[in-house]
Amino acid sequence: MNSDITSFASLAPAFPEMLVAAGAIVLLLFGIFTKKERANGVAMAAVVLLVATAGIVIFHPAQGVIFNGGFIADEFARFMKVLVIGGAAFALILSLPSSRQHQLDKFEYSVLVLLATLGMMMMVSANDLMSLYLGLELQSLAAYVLAAMKRDSARATEAGLKYFVLGALSSGMLLYGASLIYGFTGHTQLDLIVDQIVMGERSIGLIFGMVFLLAGIAFKISAVPFHMWTPDVYEGAPTPVTAFLASAPKVAAMALLVRVVTVSFAPITSDWQQIVIFLSIASMVLAAFAAIGQKSLKRLVAYSSIGHVGFALVGLSSGTAVGVEGVAIYMAIYVTMTIGLFACILALRTQNGAVEDIAELAGLAQRRPFVAAMIAVLMFSLIGLPPLAGFFAKWHVFLAAIEARLFVLAVIGVLASAISAFYYLRIVKTMYFDEPVLEYAAVPRELTAVMGVTGFLVITYFVTVGGPLAAAARVASGSLF
Amino acid sequence: MDLLGQSLDYLFGIPLVGWGTQVGFVYKGLLLLVALLIFTAYILLADRKIWAAVQVRRGPNVVGPFGLLQSFADLLKFVFKEPVLPAGSDKVVFLLAPLVMATLSLAAWVVIPIGPGLALADINLGILYIFAISSLGVYGVIMGGWASNSKYPFLGSLRSAAQMVSYEVSIGLVIITVLLCVGSLNLSHIVIAQYEMGLAHMIGLPQLTFLNWFWLPLFPMFVIFFISALAETNRPPFDLPEAESELVAGFMVEYSSTPYLLFMLGEYIAIILMCALTTILFLGGWTAPIDLPPFTWIPGVVWFVIKTCLVFFMFAMVKAFVPRYRYDQLMRIGWKVFLPISLIMVVIVAFVLQLTGWGWHGGRIV
Amino acid sequence: MMTLPLFFFYLFSIIAVASALMVIVARNPVHSVLYLIVVFVNSAGLFMLAGAEFLALILIVVYVGAVAVLFLFVVMMLEVDFGQMRRGILQYMPIGVVIGAILLLELLLVAGSFVITPEVMSSSVIPIDNTMENTRAIGLVLYTRYVYLFQAAGAVLLVAMIGAIVLTLRHKPNIKRQDVVRQTSRKRHEAVEIKSVKSGEGL
Repeated sequence: MNSDITSFASLAPAFPEMLVAAGAIVLLLFGIFTKKERANGVAMAAVVLLVATAGIVIFHPAQGVIFNGGFIADEFARFMKVLVIGGAAFALILSLPSSRQHQLDKFEYSVLVLLATLGMMMMVSANDLMSLYLGLELQSLAAYVLAAMKRDSARATEAGLKYFVLGALSSGMLLYGASLIYGFTGHTQLDLIVDQIVMGERSIGLIFGMVFLLAGIAFKISAVPFHMWTPDVYEGAPTPVTAFLASAPKVAAMALLVRVVTVSFAPITSDWQQIVIFLSIASMVLAAFAAIGQKSLKRLVAYSSIGHVGFALVGLSSGTAVGVEGVAIYMAIYVTMTIGLFACILALRTQNGAVEDIAELAGLAQRRPFVAAMIAVLMFSLIGLPPLAGFFAKWHVFLAAIEARLFVLAVIGVLASAISAFYYLRIVKTMYFDEPVLEYAAVPRELTAVMGVTGFLVITYFVTVGGPLAAAARVASGSLF
Repeated sequence: MDLLGQSLDYLFGIPLVGWGTQVGFVYKGLLLLVALLIFTAYILLADRKIWAAVQVRRGPNVVGPFGLLQSFADLLKFVFKEPVLPAGSDKVVFLLAPLVMATLSLAAWVVIPIGPGLALADINLGILYIFAISSLGVYGVIMGGWASNSKYPFLGSLRSAAQMVSYEVSIGLVIITVLLCVGSLNLSHIVIAQYEMGLAHMIGLPQLTFLNWFWLPLFPMFVIFFISALAETNRPPFDLPEAESELVAGFMVEYSSTPYLLFMLGEYIAIILMCALTTILFLGGWTAPIDLPPFTWIPGVVWFVIKTCLVFFMFAMVKAFVPRYRYDQLMRIGWKVFLPISLIMVVIVAFVLQLTGWGWHGGRIV
Repeated sequence: MMTLPLFFFYLFSIIAVASALMVIVARNPVHSVLYLIVVFVNSAGLFMLAGAEFLALILIVVYVGAVAVLFLFVVMMLEVDFGQMRRGILQYMPIGVVIGAILLLELLLVAGSFVITPEVMSSSVIPIDNTMENTRAIGLVLYTRYVYLFQAAGAVLLVAMIGAIVLTLRHKPNIKRQDVVRQTSRKRHEAVEIKSVKSGEGL
């Protein structure tokens, strides 16, 4: 009946979360009692805090289930947490140079990012429907505020409101599903739910519960048909916030989805497989066609991210350890490419403000050759051309699908990939073969550094990080099966 | 039908005529109601008399000897006047508001123990019940102000709602500190705890019960509770909702006749409730101040009434000589002064109780 | 056989459902909120009947006493023109009806298959202790077994608070604020200067 926490040392698996929580509160107090101009200092401190947390996760992993089954720290959680923390830290760095233009020069911004990261870490480590929901809600609530933070801009406010209303709806669906699952199994803990399913035959109520739960999570990873909010929110929110929303929360929600279906619903794999396959195909196909007509760079990225979620789900569709390994690798590469891409987008500024139209990129290669080259590399990687990282990401998930004999899915994936090449290449063409129209402002050092790092990783993936990443992903997915 | 019989017995049973086994709930309730209404009539009179005395006036002195029948005369006057319904008002809500106000403040009295074992319903969650009911009181004001469809009442009701919600926070925290010391939410237990443990027992003089009462160890909370109770019941100096110099009569502008009477009644009963609650939480309820013969001969109910009247006297004095607060000052005190202090006190009290092992622990003294 | 608790169960449920319907049907938004309050109070009554008196009273304190008051506040002040908002309702009615019907069908299907199996009852994570009042029972598990969820809920509320402040608080530059500490700590000699004025001369 009582807690399983007997000493401070028994909290070890949750030390990273506790560090982030304590750090967020300390920074909040620091921000309140110091001057307003310290906002960037708070952001730097938050980045340091995140790096320290990542250090703990990587070098001092303590594993185990604590809080009476509410919280689990395993290899999968460790892998995903590093991705989440990395995504959040880079998103914070991206916001530094342009925080004033986007009205993000408030200490609350960094604190909210930290709290959202805490929520995402809780999602990744959730081993219970209740902790799952609370983590999700913590992340989402912080994200709603971040999206609307540029409060004098009507578009940002609209984005925040849309995100909030649809997010609340999805939370409601998720809760409804969770309550059905609890009602039909008598448990909220993921590994106890599975015992109940094994014991009894699957009931229709449980299936309904699972469908609602998956629908709720699909909202958070913005898989079609629950993607409607994505383009509007990505377009309206301040660009550094969009960078954050497009990277870390997707990883966390994807990790949540993987854990829920592989741990709790393992006995009814064929049931959830159908749903995931549908989400996957719909996301890939819709994103490929809808992105063609886009004029705004941020909307294009939104559709591209919807498509990439579809590709990642191809891996999960197989329902095997290899598939989950593919998802883990895919998300790692996706986060890297997204951060790099947003570094490029933020670097595109004129005297009058940010460049957001694709047409305005014309002739970028002549004015800013480095940025243009980076964008081109990232575009090729997003398409999935070898030997760039994006190719290996797709290769892993399609391999898993083929091993699971999901040939149709793999073929549709490859076709969607080919169609999406059209709009990625159109950007490259605009940059390199159109006449320049705009004069661009200087690129801040932070952005150049981020572009350099991500570019290096994407280009040299096969010879540098590819091997260790795949090994880590294999260990991670192994802990779930 | 056994259950039905028992419930009927519980509600209407009269042991004297051989019908049932206990005095029915309904009769006890009626008795309490009548006693309360008469008490209210004289409290109202006392309020006016004290106010007058501070201002060197005589106060009501015409109806009956020393004006003792003044409240009843007022009652008759209100009842026989014509109720005016404003043309643009929302009639149903307009008439519902005073009913809500009066009913709720009466309903809270169900759990108040006026003597040992003398509560209409001695429920386990008594204090939470009172807190819940008093948090509903704001609806009478809001509904009345809105349904009047007029600007002063509306402004008054908005002010009142914000004020009551704000001060409920600090009242809740004060109640929590008392609960930490007692370990039970039962109002009778809160009184008994103040009899069975406390400072008097610690210094070895258990007869000096008044030292046991929580007003001494929790003195800051006692002060906060008293002031918050003034604000919660819209008493001066916090009577912003009906500030006559700015809002004519606040949310009551459009009310007349019996609805107005019900508002006044509800307000005064809520005030007496707060006095009774102060008595129970901080002044030892029905227990005698010194646990020795001349004091213990007086029955507990009398002590309870005396203490309640004493607290009301303080209410009335405050009304008489403290000027009205400005609205932003009111909000500042609530949120920036009382909230932090009572929050810190909750933490301190919890720490002290944990470290020393003091406290009543719901009757299991450790 | 109609026992008293059963009678009250039906009473509270009927009122709750009817008021819930009125929340949607009522033309005046303020009436909707008032009906919502009736729903809350009756749900509290249902909790009470189920023996969860702590939850019942907390429901009233939190939802009726605080949340609904602020809600009522907003609705009263906004002066929403619901006629305007309802203009498109017929257009979206068919799809709404379809979705509602599907959900209802699903609920019926689920409810039809709902059986409380003995295993599920006995495998409850926390055994129900009838000797303990439920306030104490909640207190015993909330800060021990569920401390993680408790803290997480606290973090969610913290985010909500920060969000509300960030999105709405504006420090207007040209406004005079009362600084009470400064006012009360001011000494007499800082505020008043006494000059002796000779008669007939002035300063």
